[in-house]
Amino acid sequence: MTTIYVPCDSAARSVGADEIAEALAAALPEARIIRNGSRGMLWLEPLVEVDTPDGRVAYGPVTSDAVASLAEALPTAAAHPLRLGVTDSLPWLARQQRLTFARVGIVDPRDPDDYVAHGGLAGLRAAITIGPAASVEAVFDSGLRGRGGAGFPAGIKWRTVAQEAAEQKYVCVNADEGDSGTFADRMLMEGDPFLLIEGMTIAGLSVGASVGYIYVRSEYPDAITSLRAAITAARERGWLGADILGSGQAFDLHVRVGAGSYVCGEETAMLESLEGRRGMVRPKPPVPAIEGLFGRPTLINNVLTIAAVPFILEHGPEAYGALGTGRSIGTQVYQLAGNVLQGGIVETPFGITLRELVLGYAGGTRSGRPVRAVQLGGPLGAYLTADAMDVSMDYESVAAAGGMLGHGGIVVFDDTVDMAQQARFAMQFCAEESCGKCTPCRIGSVRGVEVIDRIIYGDAPEANRLLLIDLCEVMTDGSLCAMGGLTPMPVLSALRSFSEDFERSDHDHR
Amino acid sequence: MTTSHTPWSPESARALLVEIDEPGPVLVALQTLQAAFGYVHSDSIPIVADVFNVSRAEVYGVLTFYSDLRTTPPLDVEVRICMGEACQAVGARSLRADADALIGPSCDVQNVFCLGNCALGPAAVVNDRMIGRADASTLRDAVMATGAGA
Ligand SMILES: Cc1cc2nc3c(=O)[nH]c(=O)nc-3n(C[C@H](O)[C@H](O)[C@H](O)COP(=O)(O)O)c2cc1C
Ligand code: SF4
Ligand code: FES
Repeated sequence: MTTIYVPCDSAARSVGADEIAEALAAALPEARIIRNGSRGMLWLEPLVEVDTPDGRVAYGPVTSDAVASLAEALPTAAAHPLRLGVTDSLPWLARQQRLTFARVGIVDPRDPDDYVAHGGLAGLRAAITIGPAASVEAVFDSGLRGRGGAGFPAGIKWRTVAQEAAEQKYVCVNADEGDSGTFADRMLMEGDPFLLIEGMTIAGLSVGASVGYIYVRSEYPDAITSLRAAITAARERGWLGADILGSGQAFDLHVRVGAGSYVCGEETAMLESLEGRRGMVRPKPPVPAIEGLFGRPTLINNVLTIAAVPFILEHGPEAYGALGTGRSIGTQVYQLAGNVLQGGIVETPFGITLRELVLGYAGGTRSGRPVRAVQLGGPLGAYLTADAMDVSMDYESVAAAGGMLGHGGIVVFDDTVDMAQQARFAMQFCAEESCGKCTPCRIGSVRGVEVIDRIIYGDAPEANRLLLIDLCEVMTDGSLCAMGGLTPMPVLSALRSFSEDFERSDHDHR
Repeated sequence: MTTSHTPWSPESARALLVEIDEPGPVLVALQTLQAAFGYVHSDSIPIVADVFNVSRAEVYGVLTFYSDLRTTPPLDVEVRICMGEACQAVGARSLRADADALIGPSCDVQNVFCLGNCALGPAAVVNDRMIGRADASTLRDAVMATGAGA
């Protein structure tokens, strides 16, 4: 029987994967059609694959017009204008080293048996065997750092929560993924939800938390559905519940959905939101590891941080720690976005250059025009110029280049970008999304928009430039959290590196 | 999406709310009401306050903080255009201008910030359907496909 794969990833669906799956099912009623996650080559979606003795063979991007001829080719993996070859041998994929994304696009995300058949649960079994203290130390020794943005060592948080003596502790996974240009959390939750469940269960057993929450943004309905279905299946199999894999230990988890607030990705605002309140940032200390959800010790990690844990437990901290460069350990899931020819997911050890990602993997811009600016790390990240692209993509090197690696999003702009508008947008976004707790952020961002407007309109531009720099300093130094504290990053980087754009007379004032 | 909503009534709101058994229930309560009725009727504020024993101010505060929550019934067609940076890099601003032409008595257009489809922008959502590499014509087609005739 022919087995065909058509992704159910929401990016693939956004360019017609559902229609292709339906049409293929109608044309090939005998075939088995599996809705997998995406292989991460998003510009080729909908990417259809067929099983062959040599491995899966890929065709894409498939359009409705091509379905009839494709249906003839698929059963024998025959030649076709859209035939790309054996998927695993495509250079774009073959050069990657996928740990976290190893199963995404391979397995049927709805099928727990498929998860186990592809090596799932090995990490959890290892964690149960070595026990909680050794599991915490394994994470510590691996050098794993948080993927949510700040790169804080995961092991320190795990130790802190594990050491707290409390009747109730929690594990909260931050799946708010609000940064523009990032979608790896989403693809993982849609494409391999059991991995996140396994990672959270290891975390829960390790730090002594019996309850977990995944806080998913409402913009991700497919991820929410996928997670909820996987949790139900995991409970049925005893992967969650009162007696995890017969260990006698309990852990269960719940999905909570956000409500359209960027700042709720900040961990303390997320806790407020999980408690059902306005997403107002809490001052630290106390840190959530000591006083978190409902005042209890709470481990908060990003989706990708937790998803790296099963590998570490299965293969040992040395295997993970051997990858990467300097203090940036392991693999990073880079996300190529914006004006790129070949957008998608590149998982590779830290240390690849930005140039290799943007000009190599992404193949430059979709528009065919020169790259002019690259924003790293979401809306709070700096804009780099095209000649800063030799930077190594690890935490320390990007910081030294005046940027921020953040969640690994890379947003490319061509030479039509108006950087004064991008700076203005950064302030406007901050004004819109500020939680309102502190003045430099709440008021400063509104003033920031006004000052940039004055510069753009040529109203005392020199004086207003100085005022803008001054205002950015106040926001950087005086804000309670990184929302107000880092908004000056994109603004000042635009002002410094693209200062000519603030003098143009042809701005798009929409 | 919009067609599946039940008409609001205080009784059915309360019936839904008393079923909620979650710690920190106020946001979940408001989301539950919006999922059922399409919006949070302002008369639900005292009901939520009563059922969960919190102040009306608390409920109002939550209701007004989150941009997803709305206090007026949705139109038949809700178009959301991503204005995140990755989509701006491929023409979100001009797509937003095109989308304005769709605004009408049964169609509303709003901005959102990132739909997680940043490699295939500009991204938009028409009711529940996400569109990648959206342009004026795919957007119009998606609105037509809702059958609401905006
Ligand atoms: C405004 C703001 C938004 C944030 N958004 C996210 C987010 O969407 N996802 C995330 O994992 N971390 C986000 N963070 C970082 C979290 O506060 C926190 O550091 C992180 O979830 C910790 O997990 P990690 O150590 O595994 O990275 C955000 C921080 C700020 C200041
Ligand atoms: S910096 Fe902004 S988002 Fe952060 S606490 Fe202050 S007002 Fe809230
Ligand atoms: S920025 Fe538009 S989908 Fe992410």
